[in-house]
Amino acid sequence: MSSDDLLLVRGLEAGYGAAPVLHAVDLSVPRGTIAAVVGANGAGKTTLLRTLSGMLRPTAGRIALAGEDLRGIPVEQLVRRGMAHVPEGRGVVGELTVDENLRLGGLWRRDRADAARALDEVYQLFTPLARRRRHLGHQLSGGERQMLALGRALVGRPRLLLLDEPSLGLAPRVVAQIMALLRQLRDSTGLTVLLVEQNVRSALSVADQGVVMALGRVVTATPAAELRDDDDLRHAYLGF
Amino acid sequence: MSATRAATPPTTRASHAGSRPWQGRRGSTLLRHLAVALAAALLLVALSYGLEPFRNFQLATVAAYLCATAGLTVLTGLNGQLSLGHGALMATGAYTVALCQNAFADRGVTGGWTLPVSLSAAVLTTIGVGAVVGVAAARLRGPYLAGVTLAVAVVVPALAVTFDDVFNGEQGLSVPVEPPPAALGPYFPYERWQLWVTGSATLLALLLLGNLVRSRFGRTFRAVRDDEVAARLAGIHVARTQVLAFVVSAATAGLGGALLAVLAQSVSPGAFSLTLSLFLLMAVVIGGLGSLAGAAWGAVLLVALPDLTHTLTDLLTLSPAVAQRMEGNLPLAIFGSTLVVVMIAAPGGVQGLLSRLGRALLARSPARRS
Amino acid sequence: MDRFVFLTLDGLSRGAVYAAFALALVLIWRAARIVNFAQGAMAVATAYFAYSVAAATGSYWLGFLAALVAGLLLGAVVDLAVMRFVDHSSPLNPVIVALGLVLLIQAVLGMVYGNEFLPAEAPLSRAALTVGGLAVLSPYDLFAFAAVGVVVVALAWTFTRTPVGLRMRAAAFAPEVSRLLGVNVSGMLTLGWALASGVGALAGMLVIPTELGLHPHAMDLVFVAAFTGAVVGGLDSPPGAVVGGLLVGLLLSYVSGYAGSDLTALAVLLLLLAVLLVRPAGLFAPAVARRV
Repeated sequence: MSSDDLLLVRGLEAGYGAAPVLHAVDLSVPRGTIAAVVGANGAGKTTLLRTLSGMLRPTAGRIALAGEDLRGIPVEQLVRRGMAHVPEGRGVVGELTVDENLRLGGLWRRDRADAARALDEVYQLFTPLARRRRHLGHQLSGGERQMLALGRALVGRPRLLLLDEPSLGLAPRVVAQIMALLRQLRDSTGLTVLLVEQNVRSALSVADQGVVMALGRVVTATPAAELRDDDDLRHAYLGF
Repeated sequence: MSATRAATPPTTRASHAGSRPWQGRRGSTLLRHLAVALAAALLLVALSYGLEPFRNFQLATVAAYLCATAGLTVLTGLNGQLSLGHGALMATGAYTVALCQNAFADRGVTGGWTLPVSLSAAVLTTIGVGAVVGVAAARLRGPYLAGVTLAVAVVVPALAVTFDDVFNGEQGLSVPVEPPPAALGPYFPYERWQLWVTGSATLLALLLLGNLVRSRFGRTFRAVRDDEVAARLAGIHVARTQVLAFVVSAATAGLGGALLAVLAQSVSPGAFSLTLSLFLLMAVVIGGLGSLAGAAWGAVLLVALPDLTHTLTDLLTLSPAVAQRMEGNLPLAIFGSTLVVVMIAAPGGVQGLLSRLGRALLARSPARRS
Repeated sequence: MDRFVFLTLDGLSRGAVYAAFALALVLIWRAARIVNFAQGAMAVATAYFAYSVAAATGSYWLGFLAALVAGLLLGAVVDLAVMRFVDHSSPLNPVIVALGLVLLIQAVLGMVYGNEFLPAEAPLSRAALTVGGLAVLSPYDLFAFAAVGVVVVALAWTFTRTPVGLRMRAAAFAPEVSRLLGVNVSGMLTLGWALASGVGALAGMLVIPTELGLHPHAMDLVFVAAFTGAVVGGLDSPPGAVVGGLLVGLLLSYVSGYAGSDLTALAVLLLLLAVLLVRPAGLFAPAVARRV
């Protein structure tokens, strides 16, 4: 728990209706690192992300972003504090064009010039998107959608990126590209990433920290390399 | 006012049996409904002697509205189809009864059987119209259905003006009704006779409706309302069920309109405006969607609330012009705001509140009055 | 032939108003998944307000402006004070609440202004100009055309070219994602209600002088015609609403010109039924059904 933690979570509890899903979750993600949250289906990974980004109200616990308590801050304000959430299923707005989707990511910014610069950078980063500016979101392939969702988050120049299952439904080659990109962004811009993945191998291949969740609890949080090498842990919770 | 309130129990109780889940066998349900209807009929007769003529008339009006609200609550509450066009269906029944009664009178045909024949003709005609609208309705959902039935409610009364050689335009038609049978004596009050006629017709309709709701058909109505896909998987023909619900609902609305025409002894398009359709909807929503008892509450409200506001405006000292404006519009304002508030605060309506209250009170002992 | 040209032009000018009103319905439908059955009553209320303002100031145009402002405010108020609290789990609920508003608004208007027709003067001549011996549009028709045209173009520009338009569309299509991207979704919803109600107020101001006059029920039939226009175009398509409204205007003009004005109401009903039974998604339905 160093002061370098961008995201700090203590004793977080949340759930749907009366059924609690998260139990006393503790988590800390240092600045400029990638944390991969892995675990079986129903372990509470997506619920954790939804609670972090304010879509689900926690019943107990504390979330701090760069030392600021996020309690009571509405969802639409979190993006202004540097948090970007790419939700499960990517959340590309199918009725809007690629360009509109991307611009949407920077609409909240006061610095219009930098928002425009960020947009250009995203187009340079994802060249396929630049070719399909005028296409509607629902016309894109799965990989292009993931690029669009990622790019849209980056237009806001976030400090913390929450990514929910970016590999879902994508070809291994595309997954590898995305993981490589995350690493590149971490190294070049100091982006902090909290990555939720079913695809444990590829997630741990880029992550600095591996967080294993089971039944709504954090079982362990260790350097990713250790998790890759610890057969017992892998067998117990990750099934390989 | 006290008379109107006192008049509530018979209609409520008559339909109460239909609205409560009843765990008996089917045969006993019918017997039970018959017994309740008989009791209600006896109570109505007793009331008709105890109440002054004007209250008799009001109670008869409640009975006529109850036909329509009961039909609408079956459609909207049990089958999930919204109709804003029930005022137009009532108009259909009303105009049919007017045309029949006039045809009988023109040809000098008299006898106690003429009115039942005219009423049956009214029900049959409305069934025809209801089937046409119902077939269209079965293919439509949500706001589309609401829009079409709204159009029906706005357009159909205007047809009376379009075809004014038959319907006599804005003026409307008079409905000749024969006096009470001579056997009842020369001084038998006409209003009491009106209550007997409308009361028995309404009880008959409610009896049929109550049994339908408890029957296999009632269950398919609810199944379609709750989940069309699941109903279809369970082997229910969804469209046919929806048309059937619409037809049943139209038949009772037609009867209600016909009874209103007989009570008023006249029909005119102004009496069946869009506002009437909205009133009916309001009545079933406020009473409690899907419950026949709620329909009774709604029908009582439709008659009692204007009466109440009339009394209220009389109490205040207003200039005649202001008083006239208030009298016509205050009930509308109250209806409208109640509708909004009930939908937001208490979607179960009056009957929902009552049954919640009743359950709370009777939580210890399963015994029920009535 | 002259008559046909006249009826066509007349139908288009009538249709322009229906188009604006249909557009207002579509705006709310897209934003909130509610067909605002109270739109007609709300428009009448703003027209009465304009009547009062015009009577007090002696200026029709001040009244006109007041109606538009009142329309914007009324829409926002209806959203914030009423629709916000309606349980949307059943599509019946908002419809019923809107109808309750119809009763309430019409009753309040009746109490304040009475249930008699009040004269609604057109600000410009309604006598048709003749071009080359052919009776064409009146100055008032041209004004109505221009007003609707300006509003349609302004709305189209706002929605497709401005950041706030992008926010509104995103909020309507994907509310949850939009919130994550910092869009004030509930604010966009209120703005949508305000805009729609403002457009409805404009349509009311334009149509009422061409009908019998000001009356709490003055927009009932206009609502049905505009709803039909919106359905013809597909409830999800703003351009469809404009085209649908124009088509309904043409149909009504031909029916009343060739078959008698008594039959127009029936014609609207038949058109509505025909479109819904043959092509329920409307003639201009988008290629992909949206997730609701």
